Amino acid sequence: MKRSNVLALAGLAGLIVALSGVGLVAVDAKPLTYVLPDETAAFKPGPNLDVVQGNCGACHSADYIASQPQGPAFKKAFWEAEVTKMIKVYGAPIDEADVPKIVDYLTQIY
Amino acid sequence: MIDRRRLLAALGSSSALAPLGALAQTMTLPFGNGERPLVTYPQKRPMIGLTSRPPQLETPFSVFNDGVITPNNAFFVRYHLAGIPTEIDPDTYTVEVKGKVERPLKLSLADIKRLPSVEIVAVNQCSGNSRGFFEPRVAGGQLGNGAMGNARWKGVPLKAVLDRAGVQKDARQVTFNGLDTAIVDKTPDFVKALDIDQARDGQVMLAYAMNGQDLPFLNGFPVRLVVPGYYGTYWVKHLSEITVIDSVFDGYWMKTAYRIPDNDCNCTPPGTPPKTTVPIGRFTVRSFITSVGDGAKLAAGQPIVLKGIAFDGGTGIKEVAVSTDDGKSWIPAKLGQELGKYSFREWQLPVTLTAGPHALKVRAASNGGQTQPMTPLWNPAGYLRNVVETVRVTAA
Repeated sequence: MKRSNVLALAGLAGLIVALSGVGLVAVDAKPLTYVLPDETAAFKPGPNLDVVQGNCGACHSADYIASQPQGPAFKKAFWEAEVTKMIKVYGAPIDEADVPKIVDYLTQIY
Repeated sequence: MIDRRRLLAALGSSSALAPLGALAQTMTLPFGNGERPLVTYPQKRPMIGLTSRPPQLETPFSVFNDGVITPNNAFFVRYHLAGIPTEIDPDTYTVEVKGKVERPLKLSLADIKRLPSVEIVAVNQCSGNSRGFFEPRVAGGQLGNGAMGNARWKGVPLKAVLDRAGVQKDARQVTFNGLDTAIVDKTPDFVKALDIDQARDGQVMLAYAMNGQDLPFLNGFPVRLVVPGYYGTYWVKHLSEITVIDSVFDGYWMKTAYRIPDNDCNCTPPGTPPKTTVPIGRFTVRSFITSVGDGAKLAAGQPIVLKGIAFDGGTGIKEVAVSTDDGKSWIPAKLGQELGKYSFREWQLPVTLTAGPHALKVRAASNGGQTQPMTPLWNPAGYLRNVVETVRVTAA
């Protein structure tokens, strides 16, 4: 794909990202490189924030957590189930000792 | 919505290297905890940002009123695994065809583009589109109604590729893998499967163009699978491996995830798990009013043209009816041009509203005899939503 095509495709968004120094770059026409915008979502401050950042944040951004439903049905049991799913289903290498810290943080903060 | 002038003004006032996310524009989807940032990615207009790593972008609903074809730069984005490809060389990119075939193939992009091409207009919709509206709420991507889009896809029938490779007699399924990878080795790779008959139906396609352009990077550049009428989970992006197998694929994303209750309604009593499940398949029939939104103030006593879209899993739309009195009476709408049975179908209806509040509803029926339920069907994964939509307006 030629650079001109890339820019034509991207339209306004492409124009702006090109101006701001991030975006789609085709040096010498190829290969095509896609530059993702900086990650703006962050884990909210709370107890054991570093444990949460290191474990949860290794595989996905904080907005996966922040956008989940809220309310009485989405407290400790919900977050325990989610953390268990991450370990058992998705193979997250989370130390057993960190599990209650993560669950407490999620229950308290989200 | 953010407009062009405001976007440019904001750009001018920020430092040259500031990410556009710093604009911090937000919008709110109409369910609890529905505030989302409006984010701008390369090749995309401002989109509703669900997650950033991996990126998941929802189409602002107003786009669906602009026409039945969803522009590439507004088309939704959904990934599962954070290891998404960020550098692809179209010259060295290949799609492997292997497994139970006579002649394993490694097709370059040029090889694929040399094969006779076909085009189809088809809706792609995320299985979890509209999940945020489920009640009781369920875990997962909390999407509004914008994880869908309709495009004209161009590519090569999967059948033609499989025929070149020569499918062996004992083939049962075909699996599809793309370039995206997991961060942790133990995370199941995103691999999907179709039965061999469906894979050879002539409609499933290796698409390399969308609305006359290369696929946007985040929509699967340079080749994605298009499975007309089927939920987006099967539309594997950055397609790299096609494997014919003689068994039913038991990978996580087929055997455990993307399953629906195995009963007539594919639903369960709200809040309860199903006894048995099957892989999700075709879209349920849906329709939307796109020309007016919830809370709109309209003129009373004069004709207003209501407009919207309808689609189903591939039988085509038979009729669309609209109610301006909360479902007490229904008026047939006029259907627009048919771009194919897998496409959005536009509908229009002139109405004259009396002064006061009105609950506008729209209900579609498919050629296959399916219609939309008046009350939502529920399942624990938050899939298949297709309740009759209601838009509350006031005429004065």
